[in-house]
Amino acid sequence: MGWLSTHGGDVWTLLLQHVWLAAVPLVIGLLVALPLGWAARRWRAAYPILVTTSGLLYTVPSLALFILMPLILGTRILDPINVVAAMTVYTVALLVRSVADGLGAVPEDVRAAATAMGYRGFRRLLAVDLPLAVPVLTAGLRVAAVSNVSIVSVASLIGVAQLGNLLTDGYNRAINGELITGIVACLLLALAFDSIIRGIGRALTPWTRA
Amino acid sequence: MIRFDDVTKEYPGGTVAVNGLSLTIPTGQITALVGPSGCGKTTSLRMINRMIEPTRGLISIDGKGVADLDAATLRRGIGYVIQHAGLFPHRTVLDNVATVPRLLGWDRAKARAAAQDWMERVGLSADLADRYPSQLSGGQQQRVGVARALAADPPILLMDEPFSAVDPVVRQQLQSELLRLQAELHKTIVFVTHDIDEALLLGNQVAVLRVGGILAQVARPADLLAGPADDFVADFLGRDRGIRALSFVGMPRLPLHPELTLALGEVPPADAPDWMLVVEGGHPLGWVRTAGVQGAVDTSDLNRSGTVASLTASPREVLDAALSSPARRGVLVDDAGEFVGTVRASELATLLEAGQA
Amino acid sequence: MIPTIWTWLTSAQNWVGSFGIGNRLAQHVGYSLLVVAIAAVIAIPLGLWVGHTGRGRWLVSATNAARAVPTLGLLFALALWVGPHIPGRAAFVVPSVIALVLLAIPPILAGTYAGVEAVDPAARDAAKGIGMTPRQVLARVELPCALPLLWSGLRSAVLQVIATATIAAYIGLGGLGRFLIDGLAQADYAQTAGGAILVCLLALVADGVLALVQRVVVSPGVSGRRRRRRGIILAPGKDMGHGNVAHTTRA
Repeated sequence: MGWLSTHGGDVWTLLLQHVWLAAVPLVIGLLVALPLGWAARRWRAAYPILVTTSGLLYTVPSLALFILMPLILGTRILDPINVVAAMTVYTVALLVRSVADGLGAVPEDVRAAATAMGYRGFRRLLAVDLPLAVPVLTAGLRVAAVSNVSIVSVASLIGVAQLGNLLTDGYNRAINGELITGIVACLLLALAFDSIIRGIGRALTPWTRA
Repeated sequence: MIRFDDVTKEYPGGTVAVNGLSLTIPTGQITALVGPSGCGKTTSLRMINRMIEPTRGLISIDGKGVADLDAATLRRGIGYVIQHAGLFPHRTVLDNVATVPRLLGWDRAKARAAAQDWMERVGLSADLADRYPSQLSGGQQQRVGVARALAADPPILLMDEPFSAVDPVVRQQLQSELLRLQAELHKTIVFVTHDIDEALLLGNQVAVLRVGGILAQVARPADLLAGPADDFVADFLGRDRGIRALSFVGMPRLPLHPELTLALGEVPPADAPDWMLVVEGGHPLGWVRTAGVQGAVDTSDLNRSGTVASLTASPREVLDAALSSPARRGVLVDDAGEFVGTVRASELATLLEAGQA
Repeated sequence: MIPTIWTWLTSAQNWVGSFGIGNRLAQHVGYSLLVVAIAAVIAIPLGLWVGHTGRGRWLVSATNAARAVPTLGLLFALALWVGPHIPGRAAFVVPSVIALVLLAIPPILAGTYAGVEAVDPAARDAAKGIGMTPRQVLARVELPCALPLLWSGLRSAVLQVIATATIAAYIGLGGLGRFLIDGLAQADYAQTAGGAILVCLLALVADGVLALVQRVVVSPGVSGRRRRRRGIILAPGKDMGHGNVAHTTRA
């Protein structure tokens, strides 16, 4: 860990950048995926269209999407916004399926009981469907988070600064310490995201722990 | 003939599922294994085809120990039907039924022909052959399961609660179909159920097991109802034992009373009794309350609550005909369904009391 | 921007030669197929074994956790530490192939395992009970029923490999990724964007082909494409069950 001790400050800055680039798309992606997933559930015809489109978007290789984003957004290639936008696309593509399946996993009799008691549409969604969909949603979010952390590191190939820089620089200059630091940092970050999301999921579902 | 010789099944940790079971299952008959949860009935069944191996004791088929044969070979000679059918979702109905013949090496054409034949015999229409199990109803799936078990014509059939997962109407149909098939086939059938009425209906012999895998009693249904070995068996048989036993008792010679009958469109005579039987073409249609008939009798006047028993029915059916009839006179018909006479409940009861069973 | 990209994509000279689009595409497809084949040979039997016997579940959790390893880091690590030990030109290819195989195994393993787990336990019990040997149960019942999930795992793996092979160009693997990397290095946006578009198309086509194969290979009884329609009951006839339900078979 000799290398880390002398470059702590740089690593910290890159880490913060990485967190920003991985986390913001998660939040935006979730907010966008919620109504889309709900729509997929609500209208039978929408499900195959949305799921197929998500599937197609997810097939786009990450580096390719980073490179083509400036064309779509009209930004410069070095702009971190490209990365945020691309990561959001991936997150949405992943989560639409999770939201749809999570809402679908709510038992039909529970939903029927809620409606029979007098819950109306949106209120029922918030009070009954979403909370019960949390476990499936959490599982999807964890996959998205871990996957995001890994994909963001690729952005150093297009010059956007984050932990991936440790990887490219470590490779180019054959500095093992730097490369290892980069890998470990990404791993720990992915683990941290995973644990935090899992913790939030558990906190939101006290009945599963009863 | 299948024999259990002091068979025990013990699991590590101490649970005893079957405890020293000694039982003979006669060839060509249905033996029902019945009892509460945890009595080892399914475990015992599954030891016959070695899905479970006994800890102690010997199970033999026609004198040969089941452990002597290779397990897979043994199973190909025994039909196996389970609760949720266990059909192969990726194969068509026909291919499902043809599975064991194919395993035995029959050529495709022969196997499929046999499959088609058995499908018909269990009451499935031929156009279901190319469907997939997911396209069938529960009752149809169970029939496919039975056909699949019979396809290679094994002498033994093991059935593990095969009709428990379908609704009561379908269950009744399947039970009747099984009895009909057995009358043709005379297989050695071991039938596990938790429903004592099903066991009494289907079994030529009923073995009652108690929790912990101990045999409480084995007897013919009539003998079981007439003489339960202990409190457990008596409780398990449940209430209404006397009435249910009437299904198994012989019919005493009952006096048949003639009836003045009416045809549709006739006007009841002035001195008619309270209730009169309406008969059309020899077949009874129902009773009418003569006081309530305006002019000629028509179908709207008919009271249909009475059941009809045939001359060859059990005392239970005859008693029900008498008690359910609004006139309290049970209608009896012959094999062709034509009216022969009425019976009174009191006369039947007197004869049964006098021990003419 | 777009006109220059179009020009780059359609100039005949860019398609020929060992550095041309044609060759790079062939390389990319070739490496991807090789990697997925190796990964499948390892992961499918492993997944079948775990699903069938129920042992070794920790393997599946471990491989899922391995998703957290950054692909770029894996590529660089292998290139730096394994590369020097490989003689000749292979030094550019072997580390990438190893990394790609390692990345392709988790989705295939997870898909196979999930597929076998999803097989109806009653069907498995019945198969054993009517006299299939364990191997026959696996081959004739579990595998065909596991196919949908197995195949979707395979599709995930293929996409993962195509995407990562693109990045592997940075450490010397050929393939379409070369255009992305070289274009960036030379500040030639037409080249890099053109390459990116080609990679996207390859991914889409590959997924489409696999989806088609899935339709052909997976039994309709398992894929759920033929479901019982609750409908009119025809005249009972011979069928004494719930009666024949009117179907229209959909393709």
